[in-house]
Amino acid sequence: MFDALFVMALGAIVLGAALGYAAVRFRVEGDPLVEKIDAILPQTQCGQCGFPGCKPYAQAVAKGEAEINQCPPGGEEGIHKLADLLGREFKPLSAEHGIEKPKAVALIDEQTCIGCTLCIQACPVDAIVGAAKQMHTVIAGQCTGCELCLPPCPVNCISMEPIPESVENWKWKYPVIKLVAAQEVAR
Amino acid sequence: MSALRQLFRFNGGVKPAYHKEASTTLPIAVAPAPTRLVIPLHQSIGGPPRPLVTTGDRVLKGQRIGGADGNVSSAVHASTSGTVLGVEMRLMPHTSGLSALCVVIEPDGRDEWMERQPFDFHAATPTATRDYLRDAGVVGLGGAVFPSHLKLNAGKQGKLDTLVLNGAECEPFITCDDALMRERADALLKGAAIMRDMLAATRVLVGIEDNKPEAIAAMEAAAARTGDDSIQVVAVPTRYPAGGAKQLIRVLTGIEVPHGERSTDHGVQCFNVGTAHAIYEAIALGQPLISRIITVAGNVGQARNYEVLFGTSMRDLIAPCAPLPDTDRIIMGGPMMGFLMPGDDVPVVKATNCVLVGSRALFPPPPPEMPCIRCGECAKACPADLQPFEMYWFSRARMFGKAQEYHLFDCIECGCCAYVCPSRIPLVDYYRFAKSEIWAREVDKEAADQARERYEFRLLREEREKQEKAAKLAAKTAAGREKAAAALAEAEKPARTPEEEAKHALIAAALERAKAQKAQVQPENTGDLSPEQQAEIAAIEARRAEIREQAKPHLRQDD
Ligand code: SF4
Ligand code: SF4
Ligand code: SF4
Repeated sequence: MFDALFVMALGAIVLGAALGYAAVRFRVEGDPLVEKIDAILPQTQCGQCGFPGCKPYAQAVAKGEAEINQCPPGGEEGIHKLADLLGREFKPLSAEHGIEKPKAVALIDEQTCIGCTLCIQACPVDAIVGAAKQMHTVIAGQCTGCELCLPPCPVNCISMEPIPESVENWKWKYPVIKLVAAQEVAR
Repeated sequence: MSALRQLFRFNGGVKPAYHKEASTTLPIAVAPAPTRLVIPLHQSIGGPPRPLVTTGDRVLKGQRIGGADGNVSSAVHASTSGTVLGVEMRLMPHTSGLSALCVVIEPDGRDEWMERQPFDFHAATPTATRDYLRDAGVVGLGGAVFPSHLKLNAGKQGKLDTLVLNGAECEPFITCDDALMRERADALLKGAAIMRDMLAATRVLVGIEDNKPEAIAAMEAAAARTGDDSIQVVAVPTRYPAGGAKQLIRVLTGIEVPHGERSTDHGVQCFNVGTAHAIYEAIALGQPLISRIITVAGNVGQARNYEVLFGTSMRDLIAPCAPLPDTDRIIMGGPMMGFLMPGDDVPVVKATNCVLVGSRALFPPPPPEMPCIRCGECAKACPADLQPFEMYWFSRARMFGKAQEYHLFDCIECGCCAYVCPSRIPLVDYYRFAKSEIWAREVDKEAADQARERYEFRLLREEREKQEKAAKLAAKTAAGREKAAAALAEAEKPARTPEEEAKHALIAAALERAKAQKAQVQPENTGDLSPEQQAEIAAIEARRAEIREQAKPHLRQDD
């Protein structure tokens, strides 16, 4: 009887020590939960969630200070993923934070641009190039579509262009299942 | 040389009706000269080539019209001499029915070649030879159109054991490789010898399904003529899909390439026989890839193989074969793995091995889909040793991560599973759907990672600039030190620095100018109006602006 207890206790001590050592030896830098949430967020950096970027929102969600349904660019799918990760209930996108839109990129009307550099300062990902009093332009591949450059432009020359469907980004559609009446199947 | 050798077998597979006789009764014909060529710039895996010509240019046959964009790309060429009518968006031979950039050429009828020079690959470095093949537009002609120069790499060890040439051609109706091997075996084997040298391979195995005795005989005779016993022609049992690269490698060498590994890791590389012929033409004759052999079969009076210039319209190609009146569809490729075309006015491209003319009678609509009964027939038939019903289940439920755990991307879309499924589930449609969704997410994820990096860098830079500014100010004067502290505090909240003030003044001035310009170009008839009229105009303008505002979100959604 005591032998068994002794063996079990010894096992517990050895395993506990091993676990403790592993925790110190293999500690992950930073907050892994924030990183995991941030990895799900679309990195549009648009601020629609009410935080100044995706990382701050991730931190707020991790602390339980924000709901999981505040990121419009992430859409329903993003909320599902967050719900799965955090073990929370899925909620539809909160309307006050915006609606899910098709992806678009900013386009500067180069005829109207006065070269004020205000949009450059607004762009969170440095996707706009130009210099003072020179025409500016958007690097489409780097634009996240956050729309933050729209309000500061004094001449309203920036518009959002939806990304068109092309042979390269075209997707196979979900197979449509035809509903068939039972008689037809029997025939 | 043919030899009795031990063959292996792959699991699964099916034996569909082959329908190959109709198109092999006549020799290869040259397709009638087209009146117009529409040559898509993007015809291979990899980056789309940049156009090198503009409207009005005169081009010669074989002249490069699209330059490879980076190394993972392949050039395209004018298939005949003529005038460029435009570089424009045209309907692609793609199920989506979308358009892409094409060079439209009006042939001048002279079919005048550019200057052709054989390429001395023995004297050139392997990299130079690969660059040459990239610029000659040589891609895999089995249907995957992967740039060949990327595969002609001897790999880490600097040599390979076996070069496999795929002449199995297992898909029903298609006979273009059969015809090529019957009629051009010598050239094909010269290409094979070039490839063998580039890969430093010890042996070449040509695998041909045993339902093509004429092709096997022709290839054996040609192999005997080379007097080179490193080249062996091997007849393999006829069973679909023996022409899958992994399946053929398994049958010929017994090597099973595991999930996530490449055949070159096991010393084997596999090419289609048509590719070998294209490499011969590029290296020995200096001719870029501008045409290929294409089977026209199915619902036609006379099925046949044609040598077709890329850019020829499928409608022009099938016309001499007399398509039957009940024709209602065009399929590129075969009935198992082919793709439905959006119409018959699409060009023939490097990926077109067969133009299959279809009708309701030939390919009756699939019977209604029933629920999966988990009978396991599909798993028995799968040549890639997958569990199709599991992949189907997770693809259907959009659980893509799970589908990938079942190695969705090892699926070669051969269609064996759907062929045997008693519930007639279009399984491959689900796999294609799931694969393209996963690809799209992959692209999004990459973009997000890049955006995160750029955003973090920007934050870092802003912080540094703030500190630098403060430090500069502090260094200037002793009195400046107090200012610096104030500036640092200021910098925390957005405020206007003197420079910004100046900038805003500039903007205001520019706005003024823009306004003045606008005022100048105002239409004459609004010049002298009564105050009431002007008020009315202003009201209308305001309403317009409001409507525009309201319409905006709707407009975007529609897109
Ligand atoms: S709303 Fe914008 S800033 Fe907030 S998490 Fe989503 S993409 Fe990032
Ligand atoms: S063959 Fe069809 S019914 Fe049978 S397990 Fe596979 S998918 Fe299900
Ligand atoms: S289509 Fe894919 S899953 Fe189906 S049999 Fe072929 S390889 Fe297997």
